Amino acid sequence: MSSYTVKSVFEKEQVEMRKVYCNTLMELAEHDPRICVLDADLVGSSGVKPFFKAYPDRAIDCGIQESNMIGVAAGMSAAGMVPFVHSFGPFATRRCLDQIFISAAYAKLNVRIIGSDPGVVAAYNGGTHMPFEDMGALMAVPEITLLEPTDSVQFEWLVRQLQNAYGVYYIRLYRKTAVGVFEPGSTFEMGKAALLRDGTDVCIAASGIMVAEALKAAQSLEAQGISAAVLNTFTWKPIDDEALRLYADKCGCFVTAENHNTVGGLGSAVAASLAKNHPVPVEMVGVHDQFGQVGTEAFLREAYNLTAAEIEAAAKRAIARKA
Amino acid sequence: MEKNKEIRVFAEEIRVEALKEFAHLGFGHVGGAMSIIETLAVLYGGEMRIDPKNPQWAERDKFVLSKGHAGPALYATLALKGYFPKEELLTLNQGGTILPSHCDRLKTPGVDMTTGSLGQGASTACGLALGDRMMGRDSRTYLMLGDGECNEGQVWEAAMFAAHYKLDNLTAFVDLNKQQLDGSTDDVMYMGDMVDKFKAFGWHVQKVDGHNVDAVKEAVEAAKAEKGKPSVIILDTVKGHGCLLAEGMFPCHHIAFTAEQIAPSIEHAEQVLAQARQA
Repeated sequence: MSSYTVKSVFEKEQVEMRKVYCNTLMELAEHDPRICVLDADLVGSSGVKPFFKAYPDRAIDCGIQESNMIGVAAGMSAAGMVPFVHSFGPFATRRCLDQIFISAAYAKLNVRIIGSDPGVVAAYNGGTHMPFEDMGALMAVPEITLLEPTDSVQFEWLVRQLQNAYGVYYIRLYRKTAVGVFEPGSTFEMGKAALLRDGTDVCIAASGIMVAEALKAAQSLEAQGISAAVLNTFTWKPIDDEALRLYADKCGCFVTAENHNTVGGLGSAVAASLAKNHPVPVEMVGVHDQFGQVGTEAFLREAYNLTAAEIEAAAKRAIARKA
Repeated sequence: MEKNKEIRVFAEEIRVEALKEFAHLGFGHVGGAMSIIETLAVLYGGEMRIDPKNPQWAERDKFVLSKGHAGPALYATLALKGYFPKEELLTLNQGGTILPSHCDRLKTPGVDMTTGSLGQGASTACGLALGDRMMGRDSRTYLMLGDGECNEGQVWEAAMFAAHYKLDNLTAFVDLNKQQLDGSTDDVMYMGDMVDKFKAFGWHVQKVDGHNVDAVKEAVEAAKAEKGKPSVIILDTVKGHGCLLAEGMFPCHHIAFTAEQIAPSIEHAEQVLAQARQA
């Protein structure tokens, strides 16, 4: 059962997500000899250097071999280990899709894949490193679980859950400091959306960096007399059909907000669920089938309309489309 | 008794049963299944630490058939070892079977890894070897690669990885049968000398006649004794070995046939088996 408290003020956190990643894994590894970490020449970037120092026998730098790394992790899990694997999002997914599909998922092995710098937060690394398609690439892998934690509290909870979960999990991770949304100690349920604020006119399903934007948009809409609910759909697959159905019924329309291609992304997943269970108008805020590019995160957010203003406009469009 | 006679007999038993699987179906990856049979007989005929009554025994040695299309040869081996009833062999590739065209760890008792997308078994075998080492087990992992499979870049990523992490509990084989689907390996994608390649990657390398069980067994034992580096045994083989029909066709990677066409090959293999038993 989930038990979370939403903060009243939304500010950048003090702690980087990658620090939470390393610290939590070190804590788990102390009591669990199955926990191991693999990286593909990005140990410095993913923040797991302290883990490599503390547990050299359970820390594997695979070099620049993402495909091999996924296969090695799958094999290690067949021997009983619990591997956490990291690379940048595009290389952790589209580069090794076949290995994730066959060696890990089809073989029903036990692998956690962390893909960092989602979408526009790849910033100066540009279009080659800017995954708007990482979740989409994996969406059609049967039985995989796709997650995008919102802040350090939700991420720490997730890493702890993954200690004893079984299966293939992809975690889309903002490595640096996120906007804090949840109070420390909050707990969640994989596959269940977290309701951040209730509303009756429109429901915004948001993930990752777009959660804070959705909350800002909801506040602004409230000032204009529009009541917007915000659902944090941090699990993209399996999507929370029940929460979507419930809020489609309650609000009568949806806005999705993601730092990802809406094709194959959260927008598609929400729309497919609603089409099946409770059809209502859906407006999608996200990247509309475009490639990435270089720039500051702020520039890119504007360039792809990943803003509270765009969510607000989309909410009004969705409401106008209600029958 | 002649040295390694039991293994020789076991190999011919595997060949007869594998041919019967293919005969029942009327097609299959016959060539590459026939060429690895002596090695399977050596491994499952004494070299591997296994318990057919307990296929999930954590301390067992593991076998990854990375050229997963040769599954039918492994299935015959496992059935003869008692992992499942021999009758199952005739269900090869039928809907609902436990014996799919390519190996599946979830479907077949005794199959240690799911394979079929070439190159991937190299990495999962490294993972098994490394995982067993981290778990403090002295188990070994055996990996069977096809020569055509070595076109895949992933094989060489794994080769680099295994040497770097000194996986001396890993023994790989390359079934050098010199053919891939489109023709001879030299014509399709020339790979140079496999011995030199693995040496350059830091492996302990042996090359033996892959149809000589004495030579294969000796090489497997030498590999076990090697410390600090992974071992590879290059198996000089003939694609389709021991199946008259396949040996007479080029290429023989995947062939289709009538019951009449395959019958003489089965008969021949049965005669070879009878001779092996009498030797």
